[in-house]
Amino acid sequence: MAIECLVLGAGQEVGKSCVVVTINGKRIMFDCGMHMGYVDHRRYPDFSLISKSGDFDNALSCVIITHFHLDHIGALPYFTEVCGYNGPIYMTYPTKALAPLMLDDYRKVMVGRGEEQQFTNENILNCLKKVTAIDIKQTVQVDKDLQIRAYYAGHVLGAAMIYASVGDAAMVYTGDYNMTPDRHLGAAQIDRLHLDLVITESTYGKTIRDSKYAREREFLKAVHTCVANGGKVLIPTFALGRAQELCILLDDYWERMNLKVPIYFSSGLTIQANLYYKVLISWTSQKVKDTYATRNAFNFKNVQSFERSLIHAPGPCVLFATPGMLSGGFSLEVFKHWAPCESNLITLPGYCVAGTVGHKLSDKTTKVDVDKDTQIDVRCKIHRLSFSPHTDEKGIMDLVKFLSPKNVILVHGEIKNMVNLKGRMESELGIQCYYPSNNETVSFPTTHFVKADASAAFIRSTLTPNFKFLKDEAAEMAPVQVLDERVTQGILTMEKGQKVKILHQDELLATVGTEQAEI
Amino acid sequence: MYIHVFISIDTVFFFIYMQTSLSRTGGYNLPPCHIVNFCGFHILFDCPLDLSALTIFSPLSTGLYENVDEQTFACSTSNLHSEIKKLLDRTNLISAEPYYKTVETLHLWNVSLIDVVLISSPMGMLGLPFLTRAKGFSAKVYATEVTAKLGQLMMEDLVAMHMEFKQFYGPKETSLFQLCKWEALPPTLKEVVLGKDGTELGSWSPLYSAADVKDCLQKVQSLKYAEEVCYNGTLIIKALSSGLEIGSCNWNLKGPKRNISYISSSVFSSGTAMDCDFHALLGSDVLIYSDFASWNGATCVEDENSWSSIVPVVTDTCMWESLNFDESSEEMEKLNFICSCSIDSVEAGGSVLIPMGRIGIILQLLELFALHIESSGIKVPIFIISSVAEELLAYTTILPEWLCKERQEKLYSGKPVFAHEELIKEKKIHVFPTLHSHELLMMWQEPCIVFCPHWSLRLGPAVHLLQRWHGDPNALLVLEEGVDTDLALSPFKPIAMKVLECSFVSGIKLEKVPQLLKMLQPKLILLPDYTKAYFNSLKESVPCLFFTENETLDMPNSKNLLELNIATDLASQLTLTKLKSEELTISRLKGNLFVDQGKHYLVAENTDDD
Repeated sequence: MAIECLVLGAGQEVGKSCVVVTINGKRIMFDCGMHMGYVDHRRYPDFSLISKSGDFDNALSCVIITHFHLDHIGALPYFTEVCGYNGPIYMTYPTKALAPLMLDDYRKVMVGRGEEQQFTNENILNCLKKVTAIDIKQTVQVDKDLQIRAYYAGHVLGAAMIYASVGDAAMVYTGDYNMTPDRHLGAAQIDRLHLDLVITESTYGKTIRDSKYAREREFLKAVHTCVANGGKVLIPTFALGRAQELCILLDDYWERMNLKVPIYFSSGLTIQANLYYKVLISWTSQKVKDTYATRNAFNFKNVQSFERSLIHAPGPCVLFATPGMLSGGFSLEVFKHWAPCESNLITLPGYCVAGTVGHKLSDKTTKVDVDKDTQIDVRCKIHRLSFSPHTDEKGIMDLVKFLSPKNVILVHGEIKNMVNLKGRMESELGIQCYYPSNNETVSFPTTHFVKADASAAFIRSTLTPNFKFLKDEAAEMAPVQVLDERVTQGILTMEKGQKVKILHQDELLATVGTEQAEI
Repeated sequence: MYIHVFISIDTVFFFIYMQTSLSRTGGYNLPPCHIVNFCGFHILFDCPLDLSALTIFSPLSTGLYENVDEQTFACSTSNLHSEIKKLLDRTNLISAEPYYKTVETLHLWNVSLIDVVLISSPMGMLGLPFLTRAKGFSAKVYATEVTAKLGQLMMEDLVAMHMEFKQFYGPKETSLFQLCKWEALPPTLKEVVLGKDGTELGSWSPLYSAADVKDCLQKVQSLKYAEEVCYNGTLIIKALSSGLEIGSCNWNLKGPKRNISYISSSVFSSGTAMDCDFHALLGSDVLIYSDFASWNGATCVEDENSWSSIVPVVTDTCMWESLNFDESSEEMEKLNFICSCSIDSVEAGGSVLIPMGRIGIILQLLELFALHIESSGIKVPIFIISSVAEELLAYTTILPEWLCKERQEKLYSGKPVFAHEELIKEKKIHVFPTLHSHELLMMWQEPCIVFCPHWSLRLGPAVHLLQRWHGDPNALLVLEEGVDTDLALSPFKPIAMKVLECSFVSGIKLEKVPQLLKMLQPKLILLPDYTKAYFNSLKESVPCLFFTENETLDMPNSKNLLELNIATDLASQLTLTKLKSEELTISRLKGNLFVDQGKHYLVAENTDDD
């Protein structure tokens, strides 16, 4: 009885999350992501390690996707439509609803960059048709032995941590999560479980973040200062998640300050996404959820859609443009026009993967190579928002301490963070911790209980309270201490060809006969 | 971390209360109510209110429409009925602030003995505040998230509508039965008050307050479908979609030795709610079947051939599908019929009053009305008048996870799951909290189509509109079957307006039940005794027990042995002794016994006490 964990992606790095866990013979793939920093075969997990013959249906019991970010779902259409996986796929309702938007946006960016298209829009739709949507806390019986359950992870709308159990062995794969609530999402929530393994992300495994409100104020101040001076603000985000979070913040601020500067969304995509957010509002935080009856918080008042011609229009504005990280597409196009102007502001919310323009900007260089032939002279202000919806070091330690699993595997983070976390977990919590690199396998034994049938007489005898009264002789007025030690005593019997039985000793005497009564 | 519990001997008793007072069938609005003793816990299934009993009270009249044309309409009923009609005159109804009828014998039960309350549908929740406000109530109440919310809205609406009586009769609290001489009541009403055997007088009480409702909801723990919740470390409780209404459910309870499934009114495939989830109920040790919404009371003895010829228990998908023939298309036909009748009335200049309470049906009707109105080319406003309508309609747009597949597909393709949100924006549907809302009076026009509570025709805007329209031969009243129409309409007589009575699917069709029960493969089925004749032949394939209303049924003990999980470290410490002459190995066993999530564990003694 063992757990075997093969890390196909996000091992000692961020990008293409994909972990294949074999638990008591059942094989589950958690996430099926792609790496934004590569354009060659390295962008996808190496699926051949799961099955050399390519018979994935028999090699895997199911695939579970934790949330709609491309580094967690980007390779799924490729895996199902090109590699031919046909087995069950699970994800939450919001992930199923929003994933096609993300995937198609990414596909368009690929096509726009002149790359070979890895999958078509039809592939995406076909792939999503195979998905079974699940709700938070719903317990799903995948087959006779394998049970899975999603818990609220808070990272983006519909993000889930996944609990899986087979027999006595159980584990949790966290995906990305956030232990502190943000403006539109609640904090991650999970039950106390008995676990053999927790696989957790470690993106911010060495950072303790300050108050969110300070960061929000800083962001609003930077944006307000820029538009007050007639500048344009570019916020490259993906269509979903940060866009809505920051928009709730801005829309609210605009109302309070009575600002008339237009806020734009770059594509119909984000507007479409807002419609989904409205319907799925029960997946947000309680405070936002309560607005459904009066004015749904995703009914933004000050938001309009952006036309290409507006790039050169005079006057201040705020623009949310896709994709995030300035990895190509429209946001990069706008960036090329706006970056050289000093009065403008580029706000980068969240993590930028190595290899993207967003990542290069952080190095404070003024000249940035956008592609082979273009170099941009960046003169505008750059504002980095550590508005990441990831948990920080404290959050990771808190979760692991709360769950107290027998083993921890770290993925989705930089190696220096993992080393730090492993040290703390092993010294402070006494929990074995591993951080395998990509394509490495870790395995360890799992909990196993010996099953036995207990007779009613045995159970009854053990449940009788076994009180002991202790009195501290030294202190005269001390109260009597009552102890209830329930120690179970019985006889275990094994008979050939039968299940192990536990009997009360009187019962045994009856079965074996009186001549052996002395035993 | 572990919870020590006492395990009582695994006997299951059933105390069953069925209400049959007024409604011929309990039906959608009056789910049955049971108490089950399982693993030593008393579990109450549903706590409804018999709102059909409200019909014995006189509705408030606005006075404006009284005596108008009273003489014009000749009595249309035949002479045979004239005597009954005389008895059910408006003057015979009780003119007092209404009392509400709760479950007949539940008030005799010591509420502090109830450990768990499971609510299957919003209708099964309406009596809950009476229970939760009772002294000594300490049970844990479980309901799905949506049932809890819809139940809350229904109870708030009930309290709001009742306010009208309070304002009319004043604050004085007088006992209902001091006011009215119930001995003098006509027999029909007397039976409603006292029940068939004359014992139900005690089940009447004045309505709970808004504060009681609020308090009640704080005691409800809401669940998702198929969420496992553990009661007292021993009992694992799961709510599973029943398909009857959005969020309504069947139950599965797992104890250490056996599991129980409870089937309330279920619908195989609905136009709104998620389909009934029968797969999760497969192979239970005990199945309590209480979906007799379609029981017509007739003791039709089963024709052996009709279902025993069906292929025995196969559980592949096509078998399941065979149970579900065209229920939803039949339902659609009925809804379309209501729409076309309504359009006919409107075209003739009459208004349409739809005092229905079923949310799923209302939502579908709204969509269909929009289509019918558009295709007929007439312009007619649709009004929805209820204190909770706005919130209710908004709420239905944010629960795609609880809806049927077709609606979920709409979510994935980016369309609204229900059309009413758009229709309200386009001003085709108007939503108002009360009949006297200023904006409503400003835009009021007739003919119109009005959806408003309450189906008992004693409460809410429906009363006033009925008083206004009852004499209009072009007007149309759409009622749901299950109410005693004659009694319900008695204060509005003479009635010239057309009355359309419809019945909707509110449970599994009786003829499908035997097949379903076989497919579910339970080890034992519990059925109410009045169905004995019908199900007797089923007994040959599945053991059945029949329970009687208000009587306790003792269950045979489970022969299952309790499964014990022995920790490997403890198991490895065992010193095994082989007994001579027998193929038996024994060992003394010592350890600590824990119960967690319904499982028993035996671990070595010297482990930490955490």
